[in-house]
Amino acid sequence: MSERILEIRHLSKAFGSHAVLKDIDFTVDRGDVTSIIGASGSGKSTLLRCINLLETPTTGEIFFHGKDVTKEKASAYRAKVGMVFQNFNLFSNLSVLDNCMIGQQKVSRIPKEEAKKRALYYLNKVGMAPYINARPNQISGGQKQRVAIARALAMEPEVLLFDEPTSALDPEMVGEVLDVMKSLAADRMTMLVVTHEMAFARDVSTHVVYMADGIIEEQGKPEKIFTDPESPSTRSFLKRILNE
Amino acid sequence: MFAQLLSDISSLWARYGSVYLQGIANTLILAVTATLIGCIIGFFCGILQTIPYGLNDNIFKKILLKLIRIIIRVYVEVFRGTPMILQAVFIYYGMPYFFGIAFRDIWTVSIVVVSVNTGAYMAESVRGGIMSIDVGQFEGAKAIGMNHWQTMLHIILPQTLRNIMPQIGNNYIINVKDTSVMFIIGFSDFFAVHKMVSGAVFKYFPSAFMEMGGYLILTLVASFLLRKMEKKLAGKSNYELVNTDQLVMTAGTYNYPKEAGSPFEEVNKDYKGEKK
Repeated sequence: MSERILEIRHLSKAFGSHAVLKDIDFTVDRGDVTSIIGASGSGKSTLLRCINLLETPTTGEIFFHGKDVTKEKASAYRAKVGMVFQNFNLFSNLSVLDNCMIGQQKVSRIPKEEAKKRALYYLNKVGMAPYINARPNQISGGQKQRVAIARALAMEPEVLLFDEPTSALDPEMVGEVLDVMKSLAADRMTMLVVTHEMAFARDVSTHVVYMADGIIEEQGKPEKIFTDPESPSTRSFLKRILNE
Repeated sequence: MFAQLLSDISSLWARYGSVYLQGIANTLILAVTATLIGCIIGFFCGILQTIPYGLNDNIFKKILLKLIRIIIRVYVEVFRGTPMILQAVFIYYGMPYFFGIAFRDIWTVSIVVVSVNTGAYMAESVRGGIMSIDVGQFEGAKAIGMNHWQTMLHIILPQTLRNIMPQIGNNYIINVKDTSVMFIIGFSDFFAVHKMVSGAVFKYFPSAFMEMGGYLILTLVASFLLRKMEKKLAGKSNYELVNTDQLVMTAGTYNYPKEAGSPFEEVNKDYKGEKK
């Protein structure tokens, strides 16, 4: 059995009286590629944001290597958990290269030369090395997202969280981002992906989590979920989305 | 007539030219210094006011942060809501009552008063500037592990600075003109020279004419330089490719020819491709 990285126990999140997540339990082991699928408003993104502590969970614990991070300083933990956003969130005052260096230099205190080497390595990996001098507003959506992935990778995180990484992209740019994600999966990077790309969930991920109304309705191997789902809710969701 | 005005001005200039220039120099030094310090005060207040606190923070932190916000609020309201000319009088003549010391140095008092006044306006400008930054920028910085100070210093404030450059320019130009009220405590700025000279030689209009022209030149030069600075802060409009992007076709579409190979061939060995 491989090493356990994340363990989420009894996680709940409410905005006022509106409960978005209800008693979520699940785990992530090293090398897992977990896709979280479900209808809009089912709490997928909120779950991901809670895991990165961008939202403070109302109750419950998040164990990172057995330590409860909800009680600790968030910034040190976040440096080890990368996040890729739907809207890229690249730093618009910095060049592509600086976007990938600033975290290493300021958070991890890596010397400039070393940080540059590492940034270039990951930018090359996502095919964005030619654009190191560009600013985020000068490149396309797909390119921005690839830089955002490189920025997260440059921190050499143990888990990479993706919050609908292709939802804000033009259809023609979805492919280049998914390709990068596939190559990461092939590299055995541990990933947790909130996505509407069913092909990715089915073919690339090792686990699929289906969420509905703030609970995990069903989880398991993709082959099982996509071909023979237990829950009627999962079945109707997949039927709806795959027959579109 | 016009000729009369010209000859009056030239005679004034011949006699008091260096005094006028000294006045301009004093005005500029005071305006530049006070605007800079005011900006620093403003940015500092901006950072302090936006420190977030959540449900899980302890009670002391919450109280402290609340208190900081209240203090800044009071500071802004008091210094924005009273005339600078009175603030100068208040501080210059009030110090001996409260601290038993008198500021004998008019320069110090003037710089303090104008800086603190500018700071009050800047605090609000900076707050507005920070609020105008997309929340995604904060989240992006948090997500790579930056704390509030690092996020502010490296990500948010550089963008804020660019956005509020016109406001800073406003404040600077206002300072160039409004430092003239410091004559009330005896600061010898450009306008004070006018009072002094015209009182001595009774040439009110020619002196005022020179003052008008002088102030206008000062502010026009400032506007010009500020525009230049804004352009510089906006960064280069183009960039150079180091070599070509292998994942994107020049047409911008994704479908590169399969036989050309992808840069991920090395790492893609295990992945057998999307099943259709």
